[in-house]
Amino acid sequence: MNAETAILAALAIPFAGALLIALAGRIDPNLRETATMITAAALIWVVWGLTPEVFAGGRPAVSLVEIVPGIEIAFRVEPLGMLFAALASGLWIVNSLYSIGYMRGNREQHQTRFYALFAVALGATMGIAFSANLLTLFLFYEILTLSTYPLVAHKGDQKTVGSARVYLGMLLATSIGLFLPAVIWTYLIAGTGDFVQGGILEGKLEGPLVGLLLGLFVYGVGKAAVMPVHRWLPAAMVAPTPVSALLHAVAVVKAGVFTITKVIVYVFGIDFLFAQPSSSWLLYAAAFTVIAASVVALRQSNLKRLLAYSTVAQLSYVVMAAAILKPLAEIGAAIHMVAHAFGKITLFFAAGAIYTAAKKTELPELRGIGRRMPWTMTAFTIGALSMIGVPPTGGFVSKWYILAGAFEADNYVAIATIIASTALNAAYFLPIVYMAWFAREDEKTAVQHGEAPFAAVLALTITAALTVGFFFLNGPALELERQVVSGVGS
Amino acid sequence: MNLTEQLVALQIVVPLLSAPVVALLRPRWLAWAATTAASATAFAIAIAIALGVREGRAFGYQMGSWPAPYGIELAVDPFSAVLLLIITGASTFALLGGRLSVDTQIEQQRQPLFYAAWLLGLAGLAGIAASADAFNIFVFMEISSLASYVLIAGGPDRRALPSVFKYLIMGTVGATFYLIGVGLIYMMTGTLNLADMELRIHEVGDQSPILVAAGFITVGLALKAAVFPLHAWLPNAYTYAPHAVTVFLAACATKVALYILLRFDFVVFQQNLIGHDVKFSYFLMPLAVLAILVASGMAAFERNLKRLLAYSSVAQIGYIMLGASLVNHAGLTASIVHIFNHSLAKGTLFLAVACLAMRLDSLRLDGIAGAARNMPWTMAAFVVGGLSLIGIPGTAGFISKWYLIAAVLGEGPLGFLLVAAIVISSLLAVVYVWRVVETAYFQSPPDGAVPAREAPPEMLILTWTAALLNVYFGFASDLPLSLSSAASALLMGHLP
Repeated sequence: MNAETAILAALAIPFAGALLIALAGRIDPNLRETATMITAAALIWVVWGLTPEVFAGGRPAVSLVEIVPGIEIAFRVEPLGMLFAALASGLWIVNSLYSIGYMRGNREQHQTRFYALFAVALGATMGIAFSANLLTLFLFYEILTLSTYPLVAHKGDQKTVGSARVYLGMLLATSIGLFLPAVIWTYLIAGTGDFVQGGILEGKLEGPLVGLLLGLFVYGVGKAAVMPVHRWLPAAMVAPTPVSALLHAVAVVKAGVFTITKVIVYVFGIDFLFAQPSSSWLLYAAAFTVIAASVVALRQSNLKRLLAYSTVAQLSYVVMAAAILKPLAEIGAAIHMVAHAFGKITLFFAAGAIYTAAKKTELPELRGIGRRMPWTMTAFTIGALSMIGVPPTGGFVSKWYILAGAFEADNYVAIATIIASTALNAAYFLPIVYMAWFAREDEKTAVQHGEAPFAAVLALTITAALTVGFFFLNGPALELERQVVSGVGS
Repeated sequence: MNLTEQLVALQIVVPLLSAPVVALLRPRWLAWAATTAASATAFAIAIAIALGVREGRAFGYQMGSWPAPYGIELAVDPFSAVLLLIITGASTFALLGGRLSVDTQIEQQRQPLFYAAWLLGLAGLAGIAASADAFNIFVFMEISSLASYVLIAGGPDRRALPSVFKYLIMGTVGATFYLIGVGLIYMMTGTLNLADMELRIHEVGDQSPILVAAGFITVGLALKAAVFPLHAWLPNAYTYAPHAVTVFLAACATKVALYILLRFDFVVFQQNLIGHDVKFSYFLMPLAVLAILVASGMAAFERNLKRLLAYSSVAQIGYIMLGASLVNHAGLTASIVHIFNHSLAKGTLFLAVACLAMRLDSLRLDGIAGAARNMPWTMAAFVVGGLSLIGIPGTAGFISKWYLIAAVLGEGPLGFLLVAAIVISSLLAVVYVWRVVETAYFQSPPDGAVPAREAPPEMLILTWTAALLNVYFGFASDLPLSLSSAASALLMGHLP
């Protein structure tokens, strides 16, 4: 299979898989789950098959259709997108495994719709990762929003639908209201929306307008959850946990920070943006979000909401790293997407496993749960350490690079933010870990329960292993992302 | 003369002459079949003309071989080709998809007359688009208006009568204004042919009768086009009309009035009246902005599905006016593309509404609660139409929104304000479309309601064809874009 076919296949497989899942769902649940796993496996095979060529400096591209003159739906695989696609497709199969355990364990309704839309969301994610220009990215960004809305509203009761409305409302409003005008504006002044090494806006835009356009992008890409457009993320926590795990810790939110990073690197160009004083606000906005979201997380008593606010903070880490506008920090931004993905999906898997096995969602209920669910809580502990950035976990690696970039730029705001947020992360994660392992279970409310279904435990063990593994084996990812800033293959 | 040269005339003659025949046909299915055949023929001719025009061919016809400017001239340029496409297309889709809907809404023995009125309406609208003669336009305008009063009043809902009376009064005032304007111009120039008028009017251009005529014509046509705030007749007329009629009229009727408005202003007035372009902008731009904001807001609070979509139409007319009021090539292109794309979106939505109406008692929001469970195909088509209306990429609506925002951004600081208005209105569109979608998908059906079945297959097929056209033209926008761009170049070519 040549690279062009592989790109199209990576886009087609999830959508075809969604159809297959919908059809299989009418026959038998086992057949449907098999269809999901086969689709996920096929996607991995195709996406990961693309990596050697990208490593070697190849940038396979394919153009699908020209919707109006000069504006195409086109795809081009570059290192950032490659990493994102490899990450999302790789975690999808683990997440599918987990979903089977979770959805069956909780006897959820409408499972066929759930799996089919999940596949559509992954297809949209691939589209975002491989998009060659702003319009293609925007198209798949909207498909991702629309396909995940029914997943958030899955339960269908009043409260869930209300939260899903916040989710859809904020994401659509920001994308149509700010992102789309930014995209059109870029096409107008640059004459193109292609992602090009070094950016396309140099010499086309001056002064405060640069900051304005950057603002339209940053707040228009609501999925990146830079405050104040972060409210949809806690709202999305009403979704079944596999959705929170893969979509709201990996695919959807990473699509947001990925878009912002891509826009900074390939549309503005880091050198151009570094020379523009009007763009410096982004660093402060991201730093504020990191701190503020961590403080809010401190005050949460619901586990999933706490994880959501932690995600908001971690996303702004990526945005802040990208906004430092130094090569090392850009690498850090890309690596942090991966490191955070492994850690956060583990945490969500653990939260879902606890809910499935014990129906517990609030922090005080978790006393002593480590003894009943040792595998789950070990994985949770590893995930929490990665959030804080303690070695040997993946979170340490990315934090290292972001810090190195911040020092390179003498950016003390960023350094201070990283230090403060590390402390805050420790302050809200370590008590949970302590409580789970060392506190005594409340005997009055104690329920006899063990671990969650095997599929779920297996999934969270895999992701916990990945979290640790990424500390030792991060070479290829780093190698790949160095190409983003070194200009290889451009 | 070969057949190609007759196409323009046949476009009007076929439906016009079929009308009296259809009125006599029994049984009713035969009347329907004949009407559909006539409409489909007109549609085929419109497609042939559009393709010919795109290749640069000119289509003209001298009625009775009397040469213009003395005889009546028919002429089709890219602008009229777009209109002919949507008029005949909307009529054909509405007839094909609406047969069962008409059966349930119109008494059997009245159906042949109903279909005859439909054909007259079609002939009138197509005649307006193809005429190159100001008075002939008036005649066709009256034919189409009278036919549409009959069509709207034809439904079982008695509330249609007061609405249609309102429409009749407003429509007559509009047409009369237009006639007064044309009369004044005829008095000053002695011609009714638009091309001839353009040549002669500048000799008398600065005299008050011409200025008064410009005012009368603009306001009269704005009334017929339901340009805000002259839209009061529209929501109820659409709401209480038979569903098939709503599909037909909502897709094209007001746009035909807009078409003459633009044609008159650009072809006859712009180059002859000093500063007309500025006055035209100053008059229309505020109205357009108000329309897209206020009408979208009204739609967001409306609880009747058809009226909600009707208010949305008023807002969409605002978009079309906004593009035109920029008086430049980009703006006009956006405007004309939107004429085409909005017909697609609104046609799809009203077809889906017709499907819903087949199975549900009430088209209020609480009446359609939970409808998606029993009518998944219908509601899915509604979602596609809704996305196109909002302007989500991948749908036709996105293309026009892209061009409109690009055109507006070219206006400098004012452009940013206009973009803000467009954006706010798009967000309101999200709100009103999503209220419908959410009600249909996530609320439980009203207590005691009999579970509805899915709409009949023949209606679904048509609805989905229309929905897929929205997607098709969202990716392959070449045809509407090339026609619109040519039409825009043509209109702008008349500017000094």
